[in-house]
Amino acid sequence: MCSLSSLNEAAIVVEGIEKRFGKVEALRGVDLQVRPSTVLGLLGPNGAGKTTTVRILTTLLGPDKGRATVMGYDVVRDAERLRHVIGLAGQSAAVDENLTGLENLVMVGRLYHLSSAEAKRRGEAVLERFELTGAAHRPAKTYSGGMRRRLDLGASLVGRPEVLFLDEPTTGLDPKGRLEMWDVIRELVSDGTTLLLTTQYLDEADNLSDSIAVIDDGRVIAEGTSDELKDRVGGEVLQLRVADRSQMAEATGVVFGLGPGSANTNNDAGEITLPVGNEGPAVLTEAVRRLDDAQIKLADIALRRPSLDDVFLALTGHAAEERSEDAEAREEDKRKRRGSP
Amino acid sequence: MSASTSTTARPAAPSGGRIAYAVSDWRTITWRNLLTYIRKPDLLVFSTIQPVMFVLLFVYVWGGAMERSLPGDISYVDFLMPGIFVQTAIFAALQTGVGLADDLQKGLIDRFRSLPMARSAVLAGRTAADTVVIMFQIVLMFIVAYLVGYRLHEGLFEALLGFVGAVLVGYSFTWVAAFAGLSLKTVEAVQAATFTLVFPIVFASSAFVPDANFPGWLQAWSHVNPVSIWSDTFRVLTLGDLYTHAPSDLVGDVPSLGTLLWQSSAWFLGILALFVPLGVRVYRRT
Repeated sequence: MCSLSSLNEAAIVVEGIEKRFGKVEALRGVDLQVRPSTVLGLLGPNGAGKTTTVRILTTLLGPDKGRATVMGYDVVRDAERLRHVIGLAGQSAAVDENLTGLENLVMVGRLYHLSSAEAKRRGEAVLERFELTGAAHRPAKTYSGGMRRRLDLGASLVGRPEVLFLDEPTTGLDPKGRLEMWDVIRELVSDGTTLLLTTQYLDEADNLSDSIAVIDDGRVIAEGTSDELKDRVGGEVLQLRVADRSQMAEATGVVFGLGPGSANTNNDAGEITLPVGNEGPAVLTEAVRRLDDAQIKLADIALRRPSLDDVFLALTGHAAEERSEDAEAREEDKRKRRGSP
Repeated sequence: MSASTSTTARPAAPSGGRIAYAVSDWRTITWRNLLTYIRKPDLLVFSTIQPVMFVLLFVYVWGGAMERSLPGDISYVDFLMPGIFVQTAIFAALQTGVGLADDLQKGLIDRFRSLPMARSAVLAGRTAADTVVIMFQIVLMFIVAYLVGYRLHEGLFEALLGFVGAVLVGYSFTWVAAFAGLSLKTVEAVQAATFTLVFPIVFASSAFVPDANFPGWLQAWSHVNPVSIWSDTFRVLTLGDLYTHAPSDLVGDVPSLGTLLWQSSAWFLGILALFVPLGVRVYRRT
């Protein structure tokens, strides 16, 4: 009884979910809670287990261990009823490119057992909302990447889901398409839909989510609002950019040991970021003095609030958008097993 | 307390109208797949040109030589077409596997599996739509064959029974292909595997030539090969005594229509009994 009442408070509950594919442990005990009408950003690099988590919550995969519920429905026991209250879009689902936009939406509506008239009405409303009315009668294969994503997202809304899962909704979109998609998602959640969004982009999680769960190597390693996570880096960050990138290695050596944390370098940008706790001004002065002594010219230097990049680095020891070969190989392996490209 | 209210507030699972919903889902998926064929006419055109080419090549290239090996009152085109109908149905059925692998690769199967639709509908709708295409191709083949001299020698009822049988053969193979498509998961693998599997079945049979002059071991295979049985059934239905009473040194011993119908049905039902559950099982697990 106690567990049931706690289920009612959260729209999504995940407890100790484990999933392995052969030798690969994709999920090693994931725990999550998403309150109704909020957005959870599941943030992590490729191969961290984001898609596997979404696939389990949408009943596409069964967990090996642990349990999960969506709106109180168990993903294994109540799978059929659970499917009535969810929508899924993104890399885990797609539209039929040979059908027109409207035909795709009507098909999905009919599969939610709406009448033909109602399916068409909702399909037209979705097209209108996503500014696809002009393309309603064109096959989806003629759509641009951004239009196709919007149609895909639209298809997941035809059933008016209480909980929506978006699996990397902007991966592969150009910057303009990405910003458009963000607007669409913001508008979507303004009417109270619960959303679980996976992303490997920190700014995306930062911009769209009420709370963020950082997932790495099959485990949730941190949870909280974007501010809470930033606090975990401990105060401010010193960011400096050298004028001459050939001096990067030297500069890194010079500032080594300053502040409480370890420095992160971005050689392409010529940038070094350094957690400084609450000793910002002192560290800044010392850094400038040492660099000056070493005759290293700076293009820029500033103290700032940490970004989620800094958080991710502090938590995992590697950058979020880095695609390590390990992670790619793991992802590849997973896809082969379930037959996606 | 609050748990029970929240549960009852949800849309009820479609328990009463379960079958009605399954039928509705099946119709939706069939409609979607047929629409796909209309939108990709190139697929339909090429998959139709191929069997038409088979008819013309066999009739004109092999026809002259083949006439000598057949009884004088059976023309090669009349002998050949029953085999071609069966072959066309089987080859066309392989498209089911390609289509499902394509849906899987593109993520459409995931979308379907996340919807509250009947689990059986994706496969049932796909096989139904592909069977409609098989029907269309067989009718077209008949017209082409008629133009090059093909004639039905028995009654209309027998001919219809033969054509329905050929379509059913295709239907049973759509389930073989469905299983292959969902198991192998990529279009390329499915194409390679199903064609490799189907060629020896279709060609090492009496579909295109009488098997009376095959080496003994091949004859033994041909006699149990469903393609031979289906082709011979169609022949007996459309040629009648011309075929059953033909000299056995030319066409072999032709079983009676009763035996052929019984064997044909057994193969048809056997394939469905094996591959429908297999296909549904991979679909659930995919």
